[in-house]
Amino acid sequence: MSPRVSMPVSSWGRLCSPEHSVEPLLDRARAAHIVRASAPGLAYGNGRSYGDVCLNPGGTLWTMRGLDRFIEFDPANGRLECEAGILLADIIKIVLPQGWFLPVTPGTQFVTVGGAIANDVHGKNHHRLGTFGRHVSRFELVRTDGTVLRCAPDENADWYGATIGGLGLTGVITRAELQLRPVPGPWLEVEYLPFGTIDEFFALADDSEEGFEYTVAWVDCAASGPRLGRGIFMRGNHVPGDDPAAPPAARCMWFTPPFSLVNRLSLRIFNELYYSTHRLRAGRRRVPYLPYFYPLDHVLEWNRIYGQKGFFQYQSVVPRIASRDATHEMLATIARSGTGSFLAVLKTFGNVASPGWLSFPMPGTTLALDFPNRGANTEALFTSLDAIVRAAGGRLYPAKDARMPRDLFVSGYPRLDDFLRYRDPGIRSALWQRLMPEMK
Amino acid sequence: MTTKLSRILIIGATSAIAQATARLFAAEGAHLYLVGRDPLRTAAAAADLRVRGATEVATATLDANDILHHAEVLDAAWSQWRGFDAVLVAHGVLPNQQQSQASVEAALTSFDTNARSSIAILTDLANRFEAQGAGVIAAISSPAGGRGRASNYVYGAAKGALAVFLSGLRQRLHAKGVRVLTILPGFVDTPMTISFKKGPLWSSPEKVAAGIKQAMYSGFGEVYIPGYWRWIMAVIKMIPERLFVRVKI
Repeated sequence: MSPRVSMPVSSWGRLCSPEHSVEPLLDRARAAHIVRASAPGLAYGNGRSYGDVCLNPGGTLWTMRGLDRFIEFDPANGRLECEAGILLADIIKIVLPQGWFLPVTPGTQFVTVGGAIANDVHGKNHHRLGTFGRHVSRFELVRTDGTVLRCAPDENADWYGATIGGLGLTGVITRAELQLRPVPGPWLEVEYLPFGTIDEFFALADDSEEGFEYTVAWVDCAASGPRLGRGIFMRGNHVPGDDPAAPPAARCMWFTPPFSLVNRLSLRIFNELYYSTHRLRAGRRRVPYLPYFYPLDHVLEWNRIYGQKGFFQYQSVVPRIASRDATHEMLATIARSGTGSFLAVLKTFGNVASPGWLSFPMPGTTLALDFPNRGANTEALFTSLDAIVRAAGGRLYPAKDARMPRDLFVSGYPRLDDFLRYRDPGIRSALWQRLMPEMK
Repeated sequence: MTTKLSRILIIGATSAIAQATARLFAAEGAHLYLVGRDPLRTAAAAADLRVRGATEVATATLDANDILHHAEVLDAAWSQWRGFDAVLVAHGVLPNQQQSQASVEAALTSFDTNARSSIAILTDLANRFEAQGAGVIAAISSPAGGRGRASNYVYGAAKGALAVFLSGLRQRLHAKGVRVLTILPGFVDTPMTISFKKGPLWSSPEKVAAGIKQAMYSGFGEVYIPGYWRWIMAVIKMIPERLFVRVKI
């Protein structure tokens, strides 16, 4: 008796909440049976992807959070095997006191391992350790025809490459083995450096990659004219230290305001304050890992701040050769629009190759920021940004996307043709139907 | 002050609430003995708890309705670490009320699991704890057992029977150094309740687990989780029958 329930489900951007038939996967042994019996469908982890990559309106969602068990952990060598619905937060809680940490972590710890693989997420240390998928030594893939594949770099290598960054379209990932990395403790030493222009940002990035594992910059997306491109560069390394005091309890955004609280005025005020404060506090500081890696996790359901209509995240990457000009042009375009988000992130990606055929990162520069949904105005801005990304030979991140034009997807992911042969015909997502309608 | 509960037996160990509670005890380095119906799921839960810090995890397979085998399974469990500091009886099913109204068999099947099998295993457990002269017996009943309602009285009747049984057991074992707890979780968002619309009165299994663990350490008697259910149920129980038959709650 499997419960089959219809309920509205939305992604992190809260742009829509279509009805889905929800089918929880609770037990590895029965996963293949349920997936086969209820296909077509799509695996849904913790719903932290922003757009429609995790949605299948009107269809089935296999909810994965019930598959949240550890399978084995060897503290001697940092090998961790777990079910795919476990959260990165749960892993860190167990392994960090034993001297291990995730080799790559995205900006929230509230994503599942399966979601991290399917979107081949990255973090602030991309220039050192590449994407999350590089540290997945193997995983199990359940196809909707009932077959179960073990995938590793040397076993079903094609399925391994297609599934990492494969947007959940090749099958359902049910368990995975990760190679963790040792850390001296839960602290980082972080240096905060204000910069005034894009050129200064690139100089700092080039200068920092050698000596710092983590590099990232906050950029003031509201600044224009001579202030365009100003921001705060943050670079850090793990350092030893005792357990930090427990962080204050997370706050929660309890309500959804009728309109976005992020607007032209609040953005200018916040950004001015943020920039000035960090300029005054520039220098080196020791910071516990939680606020460093996951500043937004401190406010649960912060996505509600953008109001009833939800928001988009726009994350692009442009190749190194075009990085400076394209980034400058994008920031100028965004500043002119008067919209954007408090958190705008600029980061250079390194040369470490991604194992996934559809992985997002490439050597170059990525820019990510949120935009409240203002309908046609927002789309007009995105169209201008698309043109810059397209001309620069860049691409957009499907995990964040709810609207990219098809041509940008096709041109951005040259291995798409290889990928198509591995797509599971029993899997369907809103993103796929939007971008590849002829594929069903 | 309170001594650590380090040897814990869990009946119905793969239920969402039991699993969440076991994880909290695992984090303290407890010895956990898991009894579950499905050997694969029980083994998966055991592996999980080992990684989460349990000092040792043992498992046994038992369908709670298979009453003839209770003693055998409990014998084996008792010999593992020579007794237990605590037991959590957490198995149960949520019957479909409509089916239970239409079919005598459906009504009695769920009653067997929720009341008969629980009373059977608690009778055996009680004697073992009494002989030990110490320990905590916690069993999961439900506020639904406080008063029969049209929407779930078959489930409620079984949980009510269990609550009355536990109340008597508590009195009997009080002088023997054994603390008996009736755990009364409100609405919990688990696979058992997936088809329900969730509202502000719903809790996560993790939150309920924290309440259970706290109760097992220092709680007494009937423990509502979250605590406000005590007041909700007090009000519901006070409504006169003449009025109660007319309201839909």
